[in-house]
Amino acid sequence: MPSKPISIKDFPKDEFMVKGHTACPGCGMAIAVRQALKILGKNTVLAIPAGCIAGGSTTGPFPLSGFALPTVYCSFDETAAFLAGIETALKVKGLKEKFNVVGIAGDGGTADIGLQCLSGAVERGHKIIYICYDNEAYMNTGIQRSGTTPYGAWTTTTPVGSLRMFKQEPKKDMPQIMIAHKIPYVATASPAFPSDLAGKIKRAMEIGGPAYIHIHTPCPTGWRFPPEKTIEVARLAVLSGMWILYEVENGVFKLNVKISKRKPVKEYLSIQGRFRHLTAEDLEKIQKEVDENCKRVGM
Amino acid sequence: METEKLTFTGNESAALGAKLARVEVVATYPITPQSTIVENLSRFIANGELKAEIINAESEHAAISICIGASLSGARTFTATASQGLVLMHEMLHWAAGARTPIVMAVTNRALCVPWSLHADFQDAISQRDTGWIQFYCENNQEVLDTIIQAYKISEDKRVLLPSMVSLEGFILTHTVERVDVPKQKDVDEFLPPYKNEFFYIDPENPLAENVVVLPDWYMEYRYQQEVAMQNAKEVIDKVSKEYFDKIGRNWGGLIEAYMMEDAEVAVVTMGTIAGTARVAVREMRKKSGKKVGLIKVRCFRPFPVEEFKKFSSLKALAVIDRSYSFGCGGPLCTEVKSAFYNTEEKPLILGVVAGLGGRDVNVGDIINVLEKTIEVSKTGKVERETIWLNLKGEQLR
Amino acid sequence: MTYFRQLILFGRGGMGVVTAAEILAEAVAQEGKYGQSLPFFGMERRGAPVRSFVRISSEPIWVRSEVTEPDYVIVVDQSLLTLLDVTRGLKTDGMLIVNSSEKPQILKEKLQLKFRVATVNATKIALEEIKVPIASTAMLGAFAKVTNEISLESIRKAVLTRLSGEIGQKNIRAIERAYKEVLF
Repeated sequence: MPSKPISIKDFPKDEFMVKGHTACPGCGMAIAVRQALKILGKNTVLAIPAGCIAGGSTTGPFPLSGFALPTVYCSFDETAAFLAGIETALKVKGLKEKFNVVGIAGDGGTADIGLQCLSGAVERGHKIIYICYDNEAYMNTGIQRSGTTPYGAWTTTTPVGSLRMFKQEPKKDMPQIMIAHKIPYVATASPAFPSDLAGKIKRAMEIGGPAYIHIHTPCPTGWRFPPEKTIEVARLAVLSGMWILYEVENGVFKLNVKISKRKPVKEYLSIQGRFRHLTAEDLEKIQKEVDENCKRVGM
Repeated sequence: METEKLTFTGNESAALGAKLARVEVVATYPITPQSTIVENLSRFIANGELKAEIINAESEHAAISICIGASLSGARTFTATASQGLVLMHEMLHWAAGARTPIVMAVTNRALCVPWSLHADFQDAISQRDTGWIQFYCENNQEVLDTIIQAYKISEDKRVLLPSMVSLEGFILTHTVERVDVPKQKDVDEFLPPYKNEFFYIDPENPLAENVVVLPDWYMEYRYQQEVAMQNAKEVIDKVSKEYFDKIGRNWGGLIEAYMMEDAEVAVVTMGTIAGTARVAVREMRKKSGKKVGLIKVRCFRPFPVEEFKKFSSLKALAVIDRSYSFGCGGPLCTEVKSAFYNTEEKPLILGVVAGLGGRDVNVGDIINVLEKTIEVSKTGKVERETIWLNLKGEQLR
Repeated sequence: MTYFRQLILFGRGGMGVVTAAEILAEAVAQEGKYGQSLPFFGMERRGAPVRSFVRISSEPIWVRSEVTEPDYVIVVDQSLLTLLDVTRGLKTDGMLIVNSSEKPQILKEKLQLKFRVATVNATKIALEEIKVPIASTAMLGAFAKVTNEISLESIRKAVLTRLSGEIGQKNIRAIERAYKEVLF
């Protein structure tokens, strides 16, 4: 039974990512996490590792924290392990039914340093909800490439220079890796489609877990676009087919947002300074790959 | 006409040191405050200024493992990390030293969780003191650049063959800009020849196996060899300092630097940037009140400068300022200084001071207070409290 | 006699405070003296208050602690004047240089400041010359004129070691304008 979109007017009024946090103006992650936490609600325990969500916005300085929820700012490499520990202890105490056990980690903390424990925790079937916010690089430490940095992107560790060393490797497909673990629920989301995102969070809560939700969160600072264009960029990613919104529940695939007339990838890429150096040939390569991906999912 | 840049951050200085040393393989993982070292190296490579491969590893544990693989295969290898990243490498730090790989690592010192801190202290590097790595602690950006170059010469020396870590405090050095003289590549090439791995190498005609199981009958001899290498390092460090001075023109001392110690009766012992601030304190105290105070800067913590300290056994009193702590025991530097004097006939009274944890500021006034307290101890002949935690809220320096 | 001056620059993350402090340290080095700039960060990326400490000396600078008794304080974001105690430790004959559209005397009275005050509308200059409101570098021009501690030519040279090409030239123009337009 796939997710049902939740209309924005029906979103709960409570806020759990509080005002006064220090994310950059226009931060895509802050928008998406705020939406997700409204749906998750008060009975949620959070494990939050290093990254923009912690060091860049909510942790401290002492005595402040940016979440109105029980939170452990866990070690960078073990988010899913912390979740597994919390979930198991609640289970042992007979309290698991009461709480959502949720991790919110960036792409680096998920696809790179956090991959081992995520694989382990979901394989063991812990009833956790793991949310990855993907700004496609290590942004909090100053824009270094990660496993999910897309082909063609400039970052400080894939600089352009005379040797054109922008990222050559393809984007690591985390949702597919999670699907290969045969877990009950995997979904992709975007802050530009809040009803879809909210419906998916709700579905993950209903299923219990392990559930994996991968949110595409544009970053004005690292992607190099004006901060007021975050939602526009997020929407263009979906409208061009570069980010596909789908869910897989117990192996059954559903395409949530079908774009009949896709915008050319150039429109999405040219709005971002991190792709400024791409040649017509590079763009053609990207367009071809997107066309193939979309065809494969029936779009 | 292009203006030559004269000032550099500590991180730029570390990257320049690695570039001049012609490193061949770099494997790192991002962590504040190290990130600009890697950005600079990436930029050098992208511009063709440095011929090296840079691997953006999936974690620090992976990064150091990649470095070990590369070093064993004959490449001059470099990495940089801090804090949680360094302690995540811990398992492999022992491995690298046991495997005798001459890796050089820049550690941009940062305090450890919990609580979470981004600011400087030495807990990260100091807590690795048993791993078998040579350890340097730098006072300023010039020393960082020079020490990284020297570290390769020391580590790759046949009598040593041990990895080195070069510490520079987070933000205080990493992001601080000051004048740094960048040596010419030609001069560094003459000082530092290319790396040639003679103990483990890949050769199908002569296949070798690294890290086979060793039973109790031979394990101790391996460990003893490592200790001999550490002891040899003392002589090599002194020699390399002199060679660097001859070639490039700067000498940071060997294992320690004694500042105004010729007629000192009381001294402060410390490492890193606090040593710089201590110099000013010593100079001011001498100027204002003529008190005979001095500074012993520990530049190299491993191997520990035991013989150098024994030479100061006739001092009346010492204060040792640690920017780290060993819980349930005392400041690591203080504990080791005390140990150096244990068997000497005369020995100074020693006061332990813990300061600057989590980046707390340590200024000239603080060090003057510490020296005044040490002078008091030298007069009363008694150390009432073994360790003082400096400037703790709610407590005064008694 | 050692020549020694200390400054604190106050601004917000993303305003170029750290870069401006680095440029000043470089300019000092270009004049054959010793400059040091130490940034002080919280953890946030943009918008949070940021300080940079700068020392200028005729001899090598060994001390590396925070500056607590500055000779000069430069405030790049006027809102910080009411938010933080930017004048704490400022020497009695010290100088406060503020990015503001108001005249020094008016600002002094409004905020009851006991120090000498200079003002320049660096944000307006930056918007006109650099096309972004990054006012920190312009403040260096005001600093040079008001204090005579550094020459405009050294600042120009220093800018070009950090900001190349067009961006460098635009910043230099902003600095030169602030040099002319500062009121004190």
